[in-house]
Amino acid sequence: MRRIIEERKRFPYFDLHLIPTKKFKTTIITIKFLSPLSREKATKKALLPFLLQKGTKQYPTERSLRIQLDELYDAQLSIDSAKKGENFITTFRMEAVNENYLQEKGNMLEKAFDLLQEILLSPKAENGSFDEKTIQMEKRTLEQKIKSIVDQKMSYANMRLIDEMCKDEPYQVHVHGYLEDLESLNGKTVFEQYQEMIERDRMDIYVLGDIDPVQTEKLAEKYFHFRRANDYKPSEAQMVKKDSVNEIIEEQDVQQGKLHMGFRTFTTYKDSDYFALQVFNGLFGGFPHSKLFLNVREKHQLAYYASSRFESHKGLLLVFSGIAPEQYGNAKTIILKQMDDMKEGKFTDQEVEETKKLVLNQLKETLDHPYGIVEMLYHQVLAQIERSPDELLNHIRKVTKNDVEQIAEKIQLDTVYFLTNENKGEQS
Amino acid sequence: MNERVLHQVNETLYEKELDNGLKVVLLPRKEMEKTYAIFATKYGSIDQTFTPIGQDRFISVPDGIAHFLEHKLFEKEDGDVFQAFTRQGASANAYTSFSRTAYLFSCTENVRENVETLLNFVQEPYFTEETVEKEKGIIAQEIKMYDDEPNWRLFFGTIQALYAKHPVRIDIAGTVDSIQDITKDDLYTCYHTFYHPANMVLFITGPFSPESMMELIEENQNTKTFQPFDGIKRHYPDEPIEAGMEVNKIHMPVSHPKCMIGLKETPSRLTHDHLMTSRFVSSMIYDYFFSKSGEYYEQLYELGLIEDDFDLELHMERDFGFSAIGGSTPEPEKLHETLKNMLLTIARKGISEGEFDRMKKKQIGNLVRSLNSLESTANQYIYYHQNGFNYFDALPTLEKLDMVTFKQYVENWIDEKRISACYILPKNQE
Repeated sequence: MRRIIEERKRFPYFDLHLIPTKKFKTTIITIKFLSPLSREKATKKALLPFLLQKGTKQYPTERSLRIQLDELYDAQLSIDSAKKGENFITTFRMEAVNENYLQEKGNMLEKAFDLLQEILLSPKAENGSFDEKTIQMEKRTLEQKIKSIVDQKMSYANMRLIDEMCKDEPYQVHVHGYLEDLESLNGKTVFEQYQEMIERDRMDIYVLGDIDPVQTEKLAEKYFHFRRANDYKPSEAQMVKKDSVNEIIEEQDVQQGKLHMGFRTFTTYKDSDYFALQVFNGLFGGFPHSKLFLNVREKHQLAYYASSRFESHKGLLLVFSGIAPEQYGNAKTIILKQMDDMKEGKFTDQEVEETKKLVLNQLKETLDHPYGIVEMLYHQVLAQIERSPDELLNHIRKVTKNDVEQIAEKIQLDTVYFLTNENKGEQS
Repeated sequence: MNERVLHQVNETLYEKELDNGLKVVLLPRKEMEKTYAIFATKYGSIDQTFTPIGQDRFISVPDGIAHFLEHKLFEKEDGDVFQAFTRQGASANAYTSFSRTAYLFSCTENVRENVETLLNFVQEPYFTEETVEKEKGIIAQEIKMYDDEPNWRLFFGTIQALYAKHPVRIDIAGTVDSIQDITKDDLYTCYHTFYHPANMVLFITGPFSPESMMELIEENQNTKTFQPFDGIKRHYPDEPIEAGMEVNKIHMPVSHPKCMIGLKETPSRLTHDHLMTSRFVSSMIYDYFFSKSGEYYEQLYELGLIEDDFDLELHMERDFGFSAIGGSTPEPEKLHETLKNMLLTIARKGISEGEFDRMKKKQIGNLVRSLNSLESTANQYIYYHQNGFNYFDALPTLEKLDMVTFKQYVENWIDEKRISACYILPKNQE
């Protein structure tokens, strides 16, 4: 395996991460801002990625800004919000073609830095307020986005599961914000939130591609070095243990029922049994040979999909399945039986070895995607530990059947959520 | 083995047509961890009426059979091939589209074993009445899941409005009813006709040596025998040039409406001489007017007629072609009217030399960037190949494209009679 080398430089106001690699035909710049999850700030923060793409001082409309990106050979810009553990992350991404592959030469990387700086630090705002008209338009965009979640049944069921499961924890905060908070937002309040992000959020810059580290470091300094408090730190998630299982059944006009379940793992990225959790998840519901896939989908023909995934910084394991509404009881029993089998060690050493190979394969494949590499490296910032991709892979290789049984033993069912149609009663 | 150095992107491509007709293409990428392989047949949901191999009378098969076959090919007498890939550390998958079925895997170890598994499972069918019956339940669930997806319904609703007869209008997976008629014999008939190596292409990319990879593939293929291949006769119904209906309204439980406009291509733009250029020109024009740097996008946004999910799709193949544009909207009728009027002004408005250059840069950047992804490279190659082109000619073709040619292609592209719309409306508006 070709190693991914991350050169990490600590500047007073941000951390710079340089990843020189010849894998890709483009160079990417990623800037991440981190702050603690907060219900009160969520909607304002959710609005920012939309607003900041709508124009800058120099390029005052979305169209004029996008024309600049076209001129850089279709440079890609994206800004988004995400929840990692109990942190709110705003990510700016810019990807530009490496000019070695173009007939035209001309400082493509510096131009990308320059444009990203303009977008980040010179938004279209005056006297401490975003443009009121733009705010009203983007409030509408966000409103529609929030309202459309109910139409995407799988996402809706995920959101509802977390709502119910993490009711009194910061983790329940919706990263896309809240309709009831949207109304009162104005150019001034959102600009204050923007300033807080620029001033206080933890800031990490990643530059990846066929780059010259010395020159790139100079570019990062030139464009992004400015005085700021930089005082927000990654927060450690609350671990909650409940005495009884919560069961929620919701009815809507749907063809297919969504049975989603939330478990607590009490293990996060920094813990020594995190590697065993990865293998556990692979065997339980992460891959096509997993217990969920084989038993719920293949053997009992109950579902079109049945899988599981874990949250690395909150300690959750989530199960998703799409089932016929009348199969609720049946499917639930079979899914829980798979969990019991895991706890009782009803799986072989060979299955553990196969799963490890798949987990390793998946991680290595992530290293073939530029943004995948950045996300993998950013886990270290979130968990406040140092662990290179190589170390991560080596730890996975050492996981034993006993390790998997031990982590299974820790996992507890917290909430069962079922989205079903109105006729459920008649059919069951 | 033909070796082709791609100077501009600094890669080398290896191609060979084997004795049995299989086209093999290798693109080594030594910096990558993963190997991605795709084995595809030129056979999709639209291929319903054809002459089975060795026969000369046309037959028609049930809707959704290509997709059904794709599912069933993974099942063997000794178990599921997914599991075999899993044991070898690979993740496998497959997909069926209008005109192609593809089997693929990616892995970071046991590459040779996985390549052999891919070739062998696709070339050794095992269908029984019992397993065919069992699959019907799984596929019915898959179809029902898509029935709940507003975006899928919108897309298919648009195609159904554009096309009156051509089977592109039929859902790729068929319907819960149509798949009930599928038998094991139907599957074998389709299999032997369309899975002949001469109708297939194998593309592999990743950190391997091309010589030993080619050797492995040839050895594998030399152990197998196939019927002689004398081409496949496919029949598609005569499709009118004009769109089938003006608007297709679908009511379903959604919170707010959606609207998509479709434009049907004329067959003359889809011939071998024109397809690649047509595609670039359409893509550049849509970019110019309807991407976020576009004048019309800006207007639609200011009017409050489009939302964050506004999107564009181009589907251009030898037998059919259309573009579709739209998304969520508070006013489907108004968006329909406005978009239609915008499309009709395009030929008259034209674009300037400078704007043309910018659109070209955008396409070039996109082509180079897509080489970052092994999946994208492989799938693009297969799309071009199955339409009679080499993907790696796309960049030079694009760089040569001039303003005069561009204008010619834009001139008769759009006609009101070839435009349709589809609305997704909340159920209570029924």
